[in-house]
Amino acid sequence: MAMMAMTIRNSASRRTMMSRPIFGSRSMSSWWKNVEPAPKDPILGVTEAFLADPSPDKVNVGVGAYRDDNGKPVVLDCVREAERRIAGTSFMEYLPMGGSVKMVEETLKLAYGDNSQFIKDKRIAAVQSLSGTGACRLFADFQKRFCPASQIYIPVPTWSNHHNIWRDAQVPQKTYHYYHPETKGLDFKGLMDDVKNAPEGSFFLLHACAHNPTGVDPTEEQWREISQLFKAKKHFAFFDMAYQGFASGDPARDAKSIRIFLEDGHHIGISQSYAKNMGLYGQRVGCLSVLCEDEKQAVTVKSQLQQLARPMYSNPPLHGAQIVSTILGDPELKSLWLKEVKIMADRIIGMRTTLRDSLEKLGSPLSWEHIGMFCYSGLTPEQVDRLTSEYHIYMTRNGRISMAGVTTGNVGYLANAIHEVTKSS
Amino acid sequence: MMATAIRNSASRGTMMSRQISGLRSMSSWWKNVEPAPKDPILGVTEAFLADPSPDKVNVGVGAYRDDNGKPVVLECVREAERRIAGTSFMEYLPMGGSVKMVDETLKLAYRDNSEFIKDKRIAAVQSLSGTGACRLFADFQKRFRPDSQIYIPVPTWSNHHNIWRDAQVTQKTYHYYHPETKGLDFSGLMDDVKNAPEGSFFLLHACAHNPTGVDPTEEQWREISQLFKAKNHFAFFDMAYQGFASGDPARDAKSIRIFLEDGHHIGISQSYAKNMGLYGQRVGCLSVLCEDEKQAVTVKSQLQQLARPMYSNPPLHGAQIVSTILGDPALKGLWLKEVKVMADRIIGMRTALRESLEKLGSPLSWEHVTKQIGMFCYSGMTPEQVDRLTSEYHIYMTRNGRISMAGVTTGNVGYLANAIHEVTKSS
Repeated sequence: MAMMAMTIRNSASRRTMMSRPIFGSRSMSSWWKNVEPAPKDPILGVTEAFLADPSPDKVNVGVGAYRDDNGKPVVLDCVREAERRIAGTSFMEYLPMGGSVKMVEETLKLAYGDNSQFIKDKRIAAVQSLSGTGACRLFADFQKRFCPASQIYIPVPTWSNHHNIWRDAQVPQKTYHYYHPETKGLDFKGLMDDVKNAPEGSFFLLHACAHNPTGVDPTEEQWREISQLFKAKKHFAFFDMAYQGFASGDPARDAKSIRIFLEDGHHIGISQSYAKNMGLYGQRVGCLSVLCEDEKQAVTVKSQLQQLARPMYSNPPLHGAQIVSTILGDPELKSLWLKEVKIMADRIIGMRTTLRDSLEKLGSPLSWEHIGMFCYSGLTPEQVDRLTSEYHIYMTRNGRISMAGVTTGNVGYLANAIHEVTKSS
Repeated sequence: MMATAIRNSASRGTMMSRQISGLRSMSSWWKNVEPAPKDPILGVTEAFLADPSPDKVNVGVGAYRDDNGKPVVLECVREAERRIAGTSFMEYLPMGGSVKMVDETLKLAYRDNSEFIKDKRIAAVQSLSGTGACRLFADFQKRFRPDSQIYIPVPTWSNHHNIWRDAQVTQKTYHYYHPETKGLDFSGLMDDVKNAPEGSFFLLHACAHNPTGVDPTEEQWREISQLFKAKNHFAFFDMAYQGFASGDPARDAKSIRIFLEDGHHIGISQSYAKNMGLYGQRVGCLSVLCEDEKQAVTVKSQLQQLARPMYSNPPLHGAQIVSTILGDPALKGLWLKEVKVMADRIIGMRTALRESLEKLGSPLSWEHVTKQIGMFCYSGMTPEQVDRLTSEYHIYMTRNGRISMAGVTTGNVGYLANAIHEVTKSS
């Protein structure tokens, strides 16, 4: 072997070696020849195309991030203040595997209630997560590891990444009826049928509020019925709550579905995210919680969630957690945050009203009864393509409009364009 | 009807604890879940924190400490922080992370003027520090080379085993550390490389091997590279300590440069946790050298496809800090100075510890303390000796005898040397 090494070393300079295959069955460049390009992300492609468009009229209602009335991204004042307090003073040591204890405690209060008995009794296994995506993924991996025979029921439609998450966690997926295209509302009967027909003890993914992408939520009464049926069927409810505060402007109100299930005795799981309601998108900060039967089980479950996180990223990122802790741990900052969330939610609600009024004034046959950042317009892919090619309006081809991208400056233009492509429907 | 019956029965409050009819109690979801084993490294710090002794010393910690035993935030980082706070937006990064941060990071590993960078042959994404980079690579390896296994050195950072296990890639080991010499088992390593099936995947520590501190010499790296070529093996480098080992980032990347010169298409995990002190910010980079730009674009798209269902896009703040520092020549210059200060302090503590032990008349050789490189020293102490250090002297380290030199200070090195001498002198 040493002779062979010397022979190679003594031959042509190393630099020419770089491009020349070496003897043997495999070329050193062939490691990844079988790798195919991944499909383009359906959401990111929209923003790419928007950015490339030179038209001065262009409108981006594909974006899933809040924009102010000038179409500009926003950093909340409470966040800026938290930033000021953190910069220059904090250390940057590793968080524990389960993340910032303080951040998690404050986050649980938002979902379970400030005075929740479950928090007092320490029955909640909870870890800081990489925003909502990370929380869902940790849960999916946990489900795979400890309920390997289970599947996940996912609503139709849903955020496309839900499918990726449970697929990569190797949990089989089933779907349940959710959106009713004819009414552009909830297919409540279809949903209840699917819940009833699922095998006892099935796992269901529920959007706690502001369903993405449709903006269609069950009413409170419907949530109560769903909860009762879940009890009868012994189903597991996993709530993805990515928009608390953002839907109605009132975090307690937006958590109503979760509170109903808790009152009814369900031991649920929750994914929470601060991406939208605190504008911390890129900081990747959220929380996964699982309500357990007692403190001992909560400690056990938490240890296993950490065991899943350790070989993924070891411990979660610090900065976003510091911002959240700073804000929620200071009554004044928390109060400022609640005001600012309400402003964002109100602007979006205002734009919905304006868009709807504009469409009705134009004599449009469409109706609009949605909540949250998104609105499922009911536009067909072909109609969406026309909006883009004729009017430079960008949205995902499922007809989902991000109300955050609508401003007083463009709502008239948007309404007119929508009317033009749909009036013959 | 059943729903109505339940609703009409006792108030919801009492429902919480009452079992509902049917086979499964609503509380039985996780009855089969067992507590996870304690992390071997974290348990040490927990015990240290709980110890009330004023003499206690923590040399288990894998994070840099100054000569007062305090954590450090580098000046260049504080300056970057100041520039970022109050001015930056917080929008999502792309799935592949900050392009600027990745560009700067590739220069550190591949060289500033690397042809591979110019030719856009490197598929690279921002990662959740070194852990995230290794995991993304392991998942990528599983997905596109499902029949492959990974050869891991003995010993290694314990989390390497967790990462490839959770990625469901079969693991094998190769000889690395030689307990008798407290150095490299080079002949054992070369035998294992030779005997592995052609085209095997190997995990290599680029510099400052964790936990042993034992690195191949430059000549040995050249021989390893040649043998890898003859065997057509894939080399994946985990480089968590660039700059931290010798004080010179270019020098610490020598193993990688040798493999690149020799024509290997390697993979690299890079981390800013230690060399920029950005531990909790979780910022690093995974790169894979491809045969051409087209393949690099393809591979990158698949790495992003793996990241999307894990965390969608990587965290912003650490990437902003890195970009700010490396993108500003003055700040970069300051960073390089500060890395050297950290590395020099550790090298100084190695010398001090060795000399103290020799002065005490230890019958053992402590040459390895100064020969080993990086943050850690594999002392050669047995678990029983480590336990005595803890119970009698309140000195905390992992039971494999690994000492974190970062936890050694001028204030405690004498105490540490004395304690080590006491528990080893009869060996």
